[in-house]
Amino acid sequence: MTLPTLAVHKFASCDGCQLSLLDLEDELLAVAGVIQIANFMEASREVLPPPYDVTLVEGSITTAHDAERIKQIREETPVLITIGACATAGGIQALRNWKDVDDFSRYVYAHPEYLDTLQTSTPVADHVSVDFELRGCPVSKYQLLEVLVAFLQGRRPNIPTYSVCVECKLKGNACVMVSQGIPCLGPVTQAGCDALCPTYDRGCFGCFGPMETPNTAALADQWKVMGASDRELVDAFRNFNAWSEPFRKESDRREASIEIGGVR
Amino acid sequence: MWPLVPYTRASQDGEVTAPLVIDREGVDALIGELINRGYEVVGPTVRGQTILYDTITSTGDLPVGIRDRQEAGTYRLEKRDDDALFGYVVGPQSWKQFLTPPGTVFWKGLRTEDGFETVAPEEPPKYAFFGARPCDVAAMKIQDDVYLPIEDGLYTSRRKRSFTVAVNCTEPASTCFCASMGTGPDVNEGYDIALTEVLSGGQHYFLAEAGSDEGTDVLAALAARDARDEEVVKARRLVVHAADQMGRKLETDGLKDLLYANLENPYWAEIGERCLSCTNCTMVCPTCFCSTVEDRQALDGSSAERVRTWDSCFTLDFSYIHGGAVRSSAGARYRQWLTHKLASWQDQFDSIGCVGCGRCIAWCPVGIDITKEVAAIRERDIRLVSVGTPIVKEAASE
Repeated sequence: MTLPTLAVHKFASCDGCQLSLLDLEDELLAVAGVIQIANFMEASREVLPPPYDVTLVEGSITTAHDAERIKQIREETPVLITIGACATAGGIQALRNWKDVDDFSRYVYAHPEYLDTLQTSTPVADHVSVDFELRGCPVSKYQLLEVLVAFLQGRRPNIPTYSVCVECKLKGNACVMVSQGIPCLGPVTQAGCDALCPTYDRGCFGCFGPMETPNTAALADQWKVMGASDRELVDAFRNFNAWSEPFRKESDRREASIEIGGVR
Repeated sequence: MWPLVPYTRASQDGEVTAPLVIDREGVDALIGELINRGYEVVGPTVRGQTILYDTITSTGDLPVGIRDRQEAGTYRLEKRDDDALFGYVVGPQSWKQFLTPPGTVFWKGLRTEDGFETVAPEEPPKYAFFGARPCDVAAMKIQDDVYLPIEDGLYTSRRKRSFTVAVNCTEPASTCFCASMGTGPDVNEGYDIALTEVLSGGQHYFLAEAGSDEGTDVLAALAARDARDEEVVKARRLVVHAADQMGRKLETDGLKDLLYANLENPYWAEIGERCLSCTNCTMVCPTCFCSTVEDRQALDGSSAERVRTWDSCFTLDFSYIHGGAVRSSAGARYRQWLTHKLASWQDQFDSIGCVGCGRCIAWCPVGIDITKEVAAIRERDIRLVSVGTPIVKEAASE
């Protein structure tokens, strides 16, 4: 029996998402039994030639070379799935999109002339068509498994796009905003982490990016009622998913009010 | 409202039993008796900064001497200056946590050589719901109307074997409005035993009344004595007083017509600007019953299970049909929720779907208040827009 082949590629990222695949300790042998890992540099030096039945892509596009390489990868696979905040939203490195990258280069590197990088960090979907985006910083290994199972069985993955609040309630967590006055991004953030932070009495950091219909303005207003400043709001929304449209716009709006208010 | 005389209640089985009196030891004995009868007793208990429902084995597990302060979008626990066992109202959970637990397995299939075999779901525990507030007892009755007629196996297997110890309310929260909804502060039906806690003038006792044959049996096993008239009066008086102390009100007169007539009210969009669509209101609501069914398979296809979990009309997926979601705006989703709960529920189940527990008010992260929103719709009732305004002119000229 020929198994479907899997390729895993990396762009600008920390490797944490592709590691999630190797972190599937209990399920890894079962995965290897139903899918052939054909091109996964972090797992094996053996690389089989394309095409690949399914391809996972981690990381954002930050160089001209990457922008070309992703097109090649797209041509080698009928199913391209991006995994993680970098690949789906540009990642934490998308903070550069608000600044001048040449300034950074001069500050950090003795010889910035050796660098060849784009001014922006952008999600894969800005460059090629993507079949499915799996969110998270990092992705949930269980959701990753679900996506692979769904692919193998030819069905839509059960990956909810509702808020983290649903996960808190299903888990039996009491809302940290309501019961402890802790500012939380959960109401505007997509589920998937099993409400990790609120479970431990922390507000959500928004690792899984905006939920399906995020009302960032109303949540930000409530944060202000709870004592947060516009500066803190900008920082909260400019995180791993800073460049996702809803978070980007809200952070820009709040930054504009800092400037109007004259307090930085 | 209630007679201030020591009346006796007729149980649902028709038998009239006199109120009994027990003390805290008696409450412990009650919990013990239920455990002896094979019940898993679940009741309020402090978990972190909140009162949640969990397994309890004695009154020591209850939030003794704790009060909850609730406001729109706020819930805080505080110490009381007494040892009340039931000195708080409701937290974010309701008994649906046990009657329709999220993630319940309908059935499971295992692949065999020539097909598959099914594995029956596990038998659920026999629950005793301890400390159920009258609003929540009413909510269970409403859920009965949803699940029992369709013989929903997952629900009936839990509900039919359950036992309910209700606790009448003497200190409502500011978010409570059960008096408006006719569901409290005293319990009328749907309980096996009803307790009323009395704490005043150095006295601390519980009026215990049976509401079913099994309730009578259970009480008979306790060292309870008949209540004196003044003890009954005192307990009843506290409950009547609670009705006067309700923090909120919801006018139910003409509610269905009001909401049906205001489907196009522009005010829904205003609510939509504040609403987060986070689903918290529906998740904490003791009557919201919407669910979704998910199939889960093993990676190698050797087994599969069908699971039911909670869903909410505030998610996009909920109204997704070919081409997209029917209710794309938050305003449309809030309208759907509120209009169903308060109006079309009446056509569907012959009751209002709200019991006035106030959970949706307290647990909304931005404090949207159902009682205020209904009042706002009433104020802006599009049927009452005065003649001469553009809206009416346009409508008249069509």
